[in-house]
Amino acid sequence: MSDKKERRGHSGGGPFGGPHGPGMPPEKAKDFKGTFKRLSGYLRPHQGKLLTVLIAAILSTIFGIVSPKILGDATTLLYRGYTSGDGIDFVAIQKIMLWLGGLYLLSSLFAYIQQYVMASVAQRTVYDLRKEVNDKLGRLPLKYFDARTHGETLSRVTNDMDNISNTLQQSLTQMITSAVTLVGVVIMMLTISPLLTLVVILTLPLSIIVTTVVAKRSQQHFVAQQKHLGELNGHVEEMYTGHKIVKAFGRERQSAEKFEEVNNRLFDAGWRAQFISGTIMPLMGFVGNIGYVIVSVVGGVLVTRRAIEIGDVQAFIQYSRQFTQPITQLANIANVIQSTIASAERVFEVLDETEETPDASAASKPDRPRGDVAFEHVSFGYHEDQLLIKDMNIEVKQGQTVAIVGPTGAGKTTLINLLMRFYELNAGRITIDGIDITSMKRGELRSLFGMVLQDTWLFNGTIRDNIGYGREGATEEEIVQAAVAAHADHFIRTLPEGYDTVLNEEATNISQGQKQLLTIARAILANPAILILDEATSSVDTRTEMYIQHAMNELMKNRTSFVIAHRLSTIKEADLILVMNQGSIIEQGTHEELLAAGGFYADLYNSQFSSRKEAV
Amino acid sequence: MLKLFRYMQPYRNAVLMVLLFTFLQCLAELYLPTLMADIVDIGILTGDIPYIWRVGGFMLLVAALGMLCSIAASYLAAKAASGYGQILRGRVFTHVGNFTLHEFDKLGTASLITRTTNDITQIQQVTIMMLRMMVIAPLMCVGGIIMAVSRDTGLTSVLLIVLPVLALAIFLIAKKGIPLFKAIQVKIDTLSRVVRENLTGMRVIRSFNRMSHEKVRFNDANEDLTATSIKVNKIMGAMMPIMMLVMNFATVAIVWFGGHRINAGHMMVGDLMAFLQYAMMIMFSLIMLSVMFVMIPRAQASAVRIQEVLSLVPEIKDTDKEPAATGQKGVVEFEDVTFYYPGAEEPALSNISFRTGPGEITAIIGGTGSGKSTLISLIPRFYDITSGRLLVDGVDVRDLKQEQLRSRIGLVPQKALLFTGTIADNIRYGKEDASMEEIQHAAEVAQAADFISKMEGGYEAVISQGGSNVSGGQKQRLSIARALVRKPEIYLFDDSFSALDFKTDAKLRAALREETGDAAVLIVAQRVSTVMDADRIIVLDEGRVAGIGTHAELMENSRVYREIVASQLSEEEIA
Repeated sequence: MSDKKERRGHSGGGPFGGPHGPGMPPEKAKDFKGTFKRLSGYLRPHQGKLLTVLIAAILSTIFGIVSPKILGDATTLLYRGYTSGDGIDFVAIQKIMLWLGGLYLLSSLFAYIQQYVMASVAQRTVYDLRKEVNDKLGRLPLKYFDARTHGETLSRVTNDMDNISNTLQQSLTQMITSAVTLVGVVIMMLTISPLLTLVVILTLPLSIIVTTVVAKRSQQHFVAQQKHLGELNGHVEEMYTGHKIVKAFGRERQSAEKFEEVNNRLFDAGWRAQFISGTIMPLMGFVGNIGYVIVSVVGGVLVTRRAIEIGDVQAFIQYSRQFTQPITQLANIANVIQSTIASAERVFEVLDETEETPDASAASKPDRPRGDVAFEHVSFGYHEDQLLIKDMNIEVKQGQTVAIVGPTGAGKTTLINLLMRFYELNAGRITIDGIDITSMKRGELRSLFGMVLQDTWLFNGTIRDNIGYGREGATEEEIVQAAVAAHADHFIRTLPEGYDTVLNEEATNISQGQKQLLTIARAILANPAILILDEATSSVDTRTEMYIQHAMNELMKNRTSFVIAHRLSTIKEADLILVMNQGSIIEQGTHEELLAAGGFYADLYNSQFSSRKEAV
Repeated sequence: MLKLFRYMQPYRNAVLMVLLFTFLQCLAELYLPTLMADIVDIGILTGDIPYIWRVGGFMLLVAALGMLCSIAASYLAAKAASGYGQILRGRVFTHVGNFTLHEFDKLGTASLITRTTNDITQIQQVTIMMLRMMVIAPLMCVGGIIMAVSRDTGLTSVLLIVLPVLALAIFLIAKKGIPLFKAIQVKIDTLSRVVRENLTGMRVIRSFNRMSHEKVRFNDANEDLTATSIKVNKIMGAMMPIMMLVMNFATVAIVWFGGHRINAGHMMVGDLMAFLQYAMMIMFSLIMLSVMFVMIPRAQASAVRIQEVLSLVPEIKDTDKEPAATGQKGVVEFEDVTFYYPGAEEPALSNISFRTGPGEITAIIGGTGSGKSTLISLIPRFYDITSGRLLVDGVDVRDLKQEQLRSRIGLVPQKALLFTGTIADNIRYGKEDASMEEIQHAAEVAQAADFISKMEGGYEAVISQGGSNVSGGQKQRLSIARALVRKPEIYLFDDSFSALDFKTDAKLRAALREETGDAAVLIVAQRVSTVMDADRIIVLDEGRVAGIGTHAELMENSRVYREIVASQLSEEEIA
């Protein structure tokens, strides 16, 4: 953490933005130039405003830079009047004061204009970018999301965006002002005294040396600190999540020892990094003071020789103080910009992901969906070289039930992924009512299905809205009817707010079974031709389970259903059983056929549903 | 936040020295303009060039001293702040280590992690900032005022007007800005929530074809956030220009009034120049303070969260008594045990009584929320029972040290959890000094030897954090091996076979039967087939015992048991 950057504060940026410590290695972008160009592209629509910001920044800085010189003139007048003994020329001074007042006013005004305009430019740009990313997420195939954690994607939409927005808001204008200040100050100094300017500029290499030496030395400690901190956080996370195990196996002492050891290492690296980077301020201060002293002395001598005026010395002191500041600031900004470009790069990575193949242009759709489903020579694998399903052929007629059976984690979601076209087939085709699903619009295809999974997804909103999610524009009456059919109406009415009960973020205010009833009501409301159901109700008490069973049976009437089956009755009565193991469909047929075949299913059946002597 | 500072005690001297050195540093900084005034008023006025050089040299010396003091302060501050972070981190970690599951439930594991990591880092950063910047600001401010007054008392009246104006401006902007910053945080959270819901509910959203609806939700949140951000940045954008304006006008006023005083012979030009510089220092320190004050609320929030952790007293404390040896081994006994989760209105378990002896298998079955897992977690004393007695080997668990108690137990939790390290390390977690043979044997019994040998590196294969490189079933088998290697007197299996396929499940249970020998075994299960052959089946229903007995007995006299069986087995199989 830097104390440097706060010295002058961000020009009006407020408390946002993570300052980088001197020597803290910034995150680097892979393709700085390309990403930078691309990011600039987002600013193009705001060209006019940006130009305003640029002009305002330059004007504000210039007005700010001229004023010390004018103030110096006033001091010179005072000094002359004082030393000459004719008294001070207050008329002239008043004129200067008025000038100054005006300049200061203008400088502040333009500084504000710059902030004011930049606020909307920065935020609008990020708004557009955020929107684009979100739209993009909507077009990405599920493959993308299944391959990474939600946190990773989320962080690109939030943290990285924040980073970009802060930089646009603060660092960009800061960069302009710093550069203008640097140039302006040098020019002003030169007009006063080239000799003094030379003296001040001579301190410049000194400050560069100081900065690089300190940065180089502190960098390794910052890296070490980061590493230890990561290790420590990892340990904390593991010990807290595994708390029960740590306690049960009595390993508290070892855990504490490891923590202490890493904590000590962190302390060691931490204070070194902090200290070394902390010396930069006194060192730079000293370099600045050297300049100050030299200006005072040399300036003093020059004044006695009548080479320059006393007010010039005063102005010069102010300029020399302003001289080092933009240099360090520019160095800081360079780091900030680097990490911003890295953020932008991550965002662009999302934007560059391959999208789902676009919907067929001349999309066909069954007029009155019946629910005949056929797999014709279907092959599929998540990886090209690892086919899970090879040449699968099944035919399901309207109203039939397909039971999917297999151990937990056998890849039953794969079928859902294919049916709903969340993933594309490697070969073959799937048809619904004889129409190839790839020739339908995805939205229309998916509206043929209803899903009730164990992983109940409900969102933060009222129960009414959650059920109503099944069909846009559903009336109150339809929602209640669906709830009644799903045996959910009763429990909803026992809640204090009834249908207006707001489910909290993790929906912990209703039970798992109740959640499932809501998803069933949602599916009933959607009135799909084909159902995908997960019978697993392991986390539900017996009574609710019974309700769920009734509701599901209700739902399955006259609909083609794919059921991830756990109940023997469902399996036995199914028109087709698909046996899955380790991601592949290994057997298919009816109950009798499969038993007769004596394969995996027969094994499974015998071990699960009949008692055995040797069992514990 | 102040409350937390008592943990800085060991660094009290360092902090005092920081104050001292910072004070000296400020003195040096403040002395420079006075010396410069001397150059102007004495050296230049009289044309005494050697004097100018002399004073110049002296100024360099003062500046160097100031630097040294500042570096010393920086050194001490870095040590104090880092040390403070280290102490705080250690405190919180040890404190949390003593928490029972209840305290974990109360604050939430994720939240506890953030509190121990990010929140403390935040505090540490603000501490160093305070030690360096915040200490300087008031010292500079006060010192600057003193020096300014010493230069010219009359001119100080300018400051008397300017400073309140400046303070007021800062206050007004902060007052408008800070609530908006809070609003922004809320809006960022809303946006994140919408995105998170979209990510987790992707399949549902797409299958219900509600993408456009979700897009509208996102756009609303995005628009809302953007509008507020623009507003807050426009307001905060005024802060710097206004402060600069006040400062600059103050300068103008000083020169104007100073000119009159010089004219009247009350002060000299050098004094005016020094006064100007002091005025700048004072105002800059005020601005610096205002930046600090924006940082403090954030650290304050962290401090409150940490304090919350530290003030939470663990409910379970170890006894001092040495328990009497009873000579029993592998016995667990519940005597009319009733348990309420803290704060709950209804008991999670009521009037539970049973005894399980060495070599016996007791199975517990029942619906969700019936209290199965709760019952298991009472035995290692993760929670204290509300009434009744819970005896292990004939001794009340409250009369045993937690470590003693738990060393007799081998727990296999519902959610298999592994740690970073090799497979051997993970199994050895159950018994620190386990030999390789013992580890291999445990793995074999747990039916894990097969897949371990297939992994690259075998027992030395590294499990990544959270065990993401092994499957659910493999994790469960490893966590069973971990309990087996311990050779405990009491085995607790909390629904530990759920992720296994049926063949492995059967093989494992057969192997277990031989292994557990004289130990007491308690199994929580969902599947009737898992519990059918137990010596004793306890049927739980809403925290009450709805039947105890063997399978055959329960089929006779327990309605709840029959219902469970009926839901899982077909008619002919029940018969």
